[in-house]
Amino acid sequence: MLIRDTLEGYGIVSRLFHWLMAIAIFGMFALGLWMVRLDYYSPYYNAAPNFHRDLGMLLLLALVVRWLWRAANPKPVSDDLTPAERKISNVVHWGFYVLLLVLMVSGYLISTQDGESIDVFGWFSVPSIFRMPGLEDRAGYIHRLFAYAVIALAVVHTLAALKHHFIDKDDVLGRMWSGPKARPKSKEDNSQ
Amino acid sequence: MKAGMTALAVALFASVGSPSAMAADYVIDTTNAHASITFKVSHLGFSWIIGRFDKFSGTFSYDDKNPDASKVNVEIDTTSVDTNLALRDKHLRAADLLDTDMFPTAKFESTAVKSTDGNKATITGNLTLHGVTKEITIDAEHVGGGKDPWGGYRDGFTGTTKITLADYGILRNLGPATKDVELILNIEGVRK
Repeated sequence: MLIRDTLEGYGIVSRLFHWLMAIAIFGMFALGLWMVRLDYYSPYYNAAPNFHRDLGMLLLLALVVRWLWRAANPKPVSDDLTPAERKISNVVHWGFYVLLLVLMVSGYLISTQDGESIDVFGWFSVPSIFRMPGLEDRAGYIHRLFAYAVIALAVVHTLAALKHHFIDKDDVLGRMWSGPKARPKSKEDNSQ
Repeated sequence: MKAGMTALAVALFASVGSPSAMAADYVIDTTNAHASITFKVSHLGFSWIIGRFDKFSGTFSYDDKNPDASKVNVEIDTTSVDTNLALRDKHLRAADLLDTDMFPTAKFESTAVKSTDGNKATITGNLTLHGVTKEITIDAEHVGGGKDPWGGYRDGFTGTTKITLADYGILRNLGPATKDVELILNIEGVRK
């Protein structure tokens, strides 16, 4: 099993990052929508936001490590794509990094604006580094806005992947699911 | 010269004859925070949470010989709600509680003052909160007054009243013990 990415496909680390974060992001979106509507007397009134915060901090860490991993690995060639598709997919992929970063940092600011730190599942604590009265409102607005933006982008990304899989019948979705196929030779021939 | 003499005479008469002969106007000393609008609300019936509105302004007129002619006007910036926890304050400002985007100011205008005994009085007036105006009665007390050490003249009051959140259309369920809010007002004014 390949750990690193190659020109032919994604290694296990990238694929795990992709699918685990995909599940976490959709889960966090649903959790976020649900938890802000909880009644004060709900047993989850405190627990749900705490879990959301803690997991959010882990996801922020994961996002940074994932980006470093991306930067340290070769990018698999996408010769299944037309030049226009390649451009758009590039924008979408980088869009995810930017939107997720803003989303998670804004979430962090909501919780730490008044000097409180975030105790991540009791494992470690993320201190407050930025204080500004009223920031929690602005950060909350940004957090909501970017949460919807991330999900909108994820829907576009999913539809594109399904289109490639079922309509174009190429390997764009397949290679994110299973590792590089043993056909590097023919790929190279195609690209020339 | 004659006009000057008349002005002097008027000034002398005013300074000798007028102290407390007619109501004087005061500005509530929010600049140096010798006034506060605090509230007390039950947490689950187990304890009291104390909060306050950090920003407000107002004026009053007061005549110690005829306190029943007194008047008071206060305008409160509801976005300045402060319970010493940014996340809770964010929620207090949100649409299901104070809804400060829609209702950024609350207002109190007295309609009648009635002395009870000694330095005590009941102040009746209209409180506008969350877009709803209702009559309330404040139990007030004149704490003290006189020349301050810096050339001004001050009078100070304290008062309490109780409001029911549902009366003002604030319908969020915070539990059976948390239907009412006690307001504790401390007002010091500087004579204009």
